[in-house]
Amino acid sequence: MFGASGTGDTSGYGGLVRSTTSKGSSERPYGSYFDEVADDLERAYPDFSQAIERVVVYRGELTLHVKRENLVDVAMILRDTLLFEVCMGVSGVHYPTDLDRELHAVYHLLSMTHNRRIRLEVSAPDSDPHIPSVVEVWAGNNWNERETFDMFGIIFDGHPGLTRILMPDDWRGHPQRKDYPLGGIPVEYKGATVPPPNERRSYR
Amino acid sequence: MGLIVGLEEKLPSGVVLTSVEKLAGYVRKNSLWPATFGLACCAIEMMAAGAGRYDLARFGMEVFRASPRQADLMIVAGRVSNKMAPVLRQIYDQMAAPKWVIAMGACASSGGMFNNYAIVQGVDHVVPVDIYLPGCPPRPEMLMDAILKLHEHINDEKLGSNREEVIREVEAAAMAAKPTFALKGLLA
Repeated sequence: MFGASGTGDTSGYGGLVRSTTSKGSSERPYGSYFDEVADDLERAYPDFSQAIERVVVYRGELTLHVKRENLVDVAMILRDTLLFEVCMGVSGVHYPTDLDRELHAVYHLLSMTHNRRIRLEVSAPDSDPHIPSVVEVWAGNNWNERETFDMFGIIFDGHPGLTRILMPDDWRGHPQRKDYPLGGIPVEYKGATVPPPNERRSYR
Repeated sequence: MGLIVGLEEKLPSGVVLTSVEKLAGYVRKNSLWPATFGLACCAIEMMAAGAGRYDLARFGMEVFRASPRQADLMIVAGRVSNKMAPVLRQIYDQMAAPKWVIAMGACASSGGMFNNYAIVQGVDHVVPVDIYLPGCPPRPEMLMDAILKLHEHINDEKLGSNREEVIREVEAAAMAAKPTFALKGLLA
């Protein structure tokens, strides 16, 4: 219970290696309301099998992986027909090892009428980081898309004003990418200088 | 408050002698008006210090001026991000002299726990600070202690050529001082 296991380094900068997630799709039946959602979407959107790359049900949550070209259509149908009125915002994810699918944008949707939550995930390669904007579908995503652009560099086509929102306007780089450094400075104490967490030696 | 001992006893009652420096210091410290510069969590403690239990009104400081033109003291309460730094400098520049700055909390003093690309590591990179108040957040009583120390500092502030002399001395001491990592502190 007590005592460190492994290296004992809890800073997170010791080069944590994680296994990649599997690429498979979940099988029917999905469970709870997910089957209804998938069936309704398939009925309302004839291009379902071509647009939705994967359907993943993991830990009681449904994730639809959508191709970026079909994102706005799927979003419109989810909002109008399936009544997912609320989009909680866009999150960005950066998978540097997943070549040609490095940048993901994740949309969490909530249906207040049916009390349902699902997730949409869209991916884009680093060489062409464009994803269509869903501001026409859910207007509240305006600032969220600006934040995702600022932190990850995903360019949302059709956004009314895509500028940096958290960092200063002339900042270079996208801070939340995995290859962006922490940017800390060494801290002076009396008798010692402590480097920032990402440059400290690992505990061996 | 007489400069020559015993002179006041020889004067008729109702006459007090003082120096311009002492009078100016006394008057300035007793009517400090803070500018609202609460940025993050330390602002909550600053509000608590201004509220009923820990009362800043006893120092005449319950009026937090929204306009920097009317304020003398800027209490930087909270972390300053790189985006906020030019705004902070602009507000400081808009204050009229004499003006003082208290860096309230660890983030304003040195960047606090946020040693990264987004946060300015100490607000003294942007404005000159008179009092550094550590804490995360400092209790309202600690803020009041910092204000009282600032009051003492203001009370003893020199004017005119005396002030220039003091500035020169402080600069010379700073140039000759040992860097922090060369000091031994409690570890030695």
